[in-house]
Amino acid sequence: MSTATGPTSTNPVFLGVPHPREPLRWGEPFPTAARAALDDAQLRRNLGHATSTIRAKRARVVGEVPDWEDLRDAGAALKARTLARLPELLERLEENVTARGGVVHWARDAAEANAIVTDLVERTGADEVVKVKSMATQEIGLDEHLASEGIAAFETDLAELIVQLADDQPSHILVPAIHRNRAEIREIFLERMGDAPAHLTDDPAALAEAARVHLRRKFLSATVAISGANFAVADTGTLAVVESEGNGRMCLTLPQTLITVMGIEKLVPSFEDLEVFLQLLPRSSTGERMNPYTSLWTGVTPGDGPQDFHLVLLDNGRSRALADDVGRDALRCIRCSACLNVCPVYERVGGHAYQSVYPGPIGAILTPQLTGVQSHDDPNATLPYASTLCGACYEVCPVKIDIPTLLVHLRARDVDEDHARHRPTGWGAAMRAASWVMSDGRRMGTAERASGAGRVVARDGQIRSLPFPGSLWTGARDLPAPPRQPFRRWWKENR
Amino acid sequence: MRIALAATCIGDALFPQAPQAAVRLLERLGHEVVFPPGQACCGQMHVNTGYLDAAYPVVRNHVRAFEPVLDGEFDAVVLPSGSCTGAVRHQQAMVCRRAGDDALARRADAVSRHTYELSELLVDVLGVTDVGAHFPHRVTYHPTCHSLRMIHVGDKPLRLLREVDGIDLVELPDAESCCGFGGTFALKNAPTSTAMLADKVTAVKQTEAEVLTAGDYSCLMHIGGGLSRLRAGVRIMHLAEILASTLDEPVEVGGPGAHATEGSAA
Repeated sequence: MSTATGPTSTNPVFLGVPHPREPLRWGEPFPTAARAALDDAQLRRNLGHATSTIRAKRARVVGEVPDWEDLRDAGAALKARTLARLPELLERLEENVTARGGVVHWARDAAEANAIVTDLVERTGADEVVKVKSMATQEIGLDEHLASEGIAAFETDLAELIVQLADDQPSHILVPAIHRNRAEIREIFLERMGDAPAHLTDDPAALAEAARVHLRRKFLSATVAISGANFAVADTGTLAVVESEGNGRMCLTLPQTLITVMGIEKLVPSFEDLEVFLQLLPRSSTGERMNPYTSLWTGVTPGDGPQDFHLVLLDNGRSRALADDVGRDALRCIRCSACLNVCPVYERVGGHAYQSVYPGPIGAILTPQLTGVQSHDDPNATLPYASTLCGACYEVCPVKIDIPTLLVHLRARDVDEDHARHRPTGWGAAMRAASWVMSDGRRMGTAERASGAGRVVARDGQIRSLPFPGSLWTGARDLPAPPRQPFRRWWKENR
Repeated sequence: MRIALAATCIGDALFPQAPQAAVRLLERLGHEVVFPPGQACCGQMHVNTGYLDAAYPVVRNHVRAFEPVLDGEFDAVVLPSGSCTGAVRHQQAMVCRRAGDDALARRADAVSRHTYELSELLVDVLGVTDVGAHFPHRVTYHPTCHSLRMIHVGDKPLRLLREVDGIDLVELPDAESCCGFGGTFALKNAPTSTAMLADKVTAVKQTEAEVLTAGDYSCLMHIGGGLSRLRAGVRIMHLAEILASTLDEPVEVGGPGAHATEGSAA
């Protein structure tokens, strides 16, 4: 949906990310996009403030659960078991949704999913739909596709609304407008909402009220809603959406037709498994003890809620990820975004630097697996390197995805592909040379003697400037001059 | 105890003061230290950069150098580095299995069970926290990511530092956040790495410490490189150097350069 002034606006607030052709591959390699983000002082302040607040909140509520580690183990085990039996469980889900009056559709990729949803909306005759916040529909670019087919999709989650009005892209899984502060949000509402009060302040309550009034009209008039799903129960055919505002509940209950687009990995085997995830998810994501609005529905209930329910099961690269016995752990993700909030890289560069609707540590392992890496020049090939491997993400992950190990695994896949195609790289040559030196004590000693030449360029014991590629280090840091006596020699002479 | 020292490649080639200090410290505590000369590197740099095939010979060399621990030739292997210890425990066997060498993977696993990071060796194996050190300086401690989250040393380094005579130990703000090093991350994503470094350097300066210490010279090289570039006047020192310092043989903090310990050890 393009609501108002469009990209010609000169207001810097509206310099959002233009809509990418591929929601999982926006175009820039991570280092390039990150460099630009680092210079955005407003973004740095917004992110620093928001992530530190939510980090502290999560730590507080997680700390009060005595069996948190047991819960994480249970969540990880349930997801691993689900992934191991995915085909069988998906068929059971289809059976149970169908038995309760829903219709199940299977979509191999984004294009198929978009076509299915468009067709379903067109059959109702509606040209407007309301939307529940959903990563799956972000991933397939559904809003843009519907717009191209003449159907206006209205995001009803407050943060998604902000992103949509600003013609921007989400920068966080849970808080898509985390890169905006309230002064910016006020400006966006005033310029783009159409019905914002003229005297609107940047008080959060006033901003929320403006959005509430704006959205209420849509809830009351819309006949079709589109949602994602946090969970689907194979045994019962029940779908679950977990949200904080109640706007999702409006969409899930008021319209005549409900279309849910869900990644195939969102499954849990049985209803009681929700008990684990409904404890893990709110504390990990919003830092709340209990989730405010948990909507569960099973097929169609005559006379109550939507009378026409469709479930679109989305693959879009998930089967490819599932086939990788290490990489598949990324499919355990329940989209809590705890890893984003604790990531020191995300905190500095923000979500747009990852150039995908899935940012942060989970994005760095999920995006390249969903898209596959097409060639060495594929910008998504840079994502597994967008981490210091500090491990903060693994520590907070409610389903214990060992993100650092997966990052290393994906780096190795990238390196091996270069090798298999006999593509020489500077890194490859350097690493092979280093391997030769570092796999033998004598060669190491010889190299240490040779590196002593580095003392020539040092001043006061520090090397302050080196030519490329050494400049990548000395651009911002000194390097100590190699010692006259490496340890190996000291040992020989003193022991 | 007879303890084999893995000097780490960075300690051997760039920061010999750390393994030297580990030798002085352990000998002072009455232990025998040996240095298996075939050693070179644990393979972590290759693994973390994705070069797992190139890591294999490096790992094989490490395992061969230290596997006499399995025959009782020495009682333990000590590594003055959290991240190298993490690589030994969590990466080496995987590298061997990936290269199709299951026998080496089993030996790597076995050696890793006898391998300890310095603070682990002191506190868990040797059962000491007061090592008789004297270091009358203001010090702040940075818990490196891998010592904290990969091998979980917890507060062992701090328990050792608190017992040091004369030390003025001050808490580092936001201590657990990464310094931005990340091995080749510092080169491949230099601007982001620098942004993280800026915040760490600011935190260090806030403590008004003379010395920043940690259990890893790799991270210290990064933070120290930033401190030096800004002429911040804060010295970097490995935990081992502070613990090795005594009233009779003090490790000097004054004076220029990073290699003041070179002459004082032995």
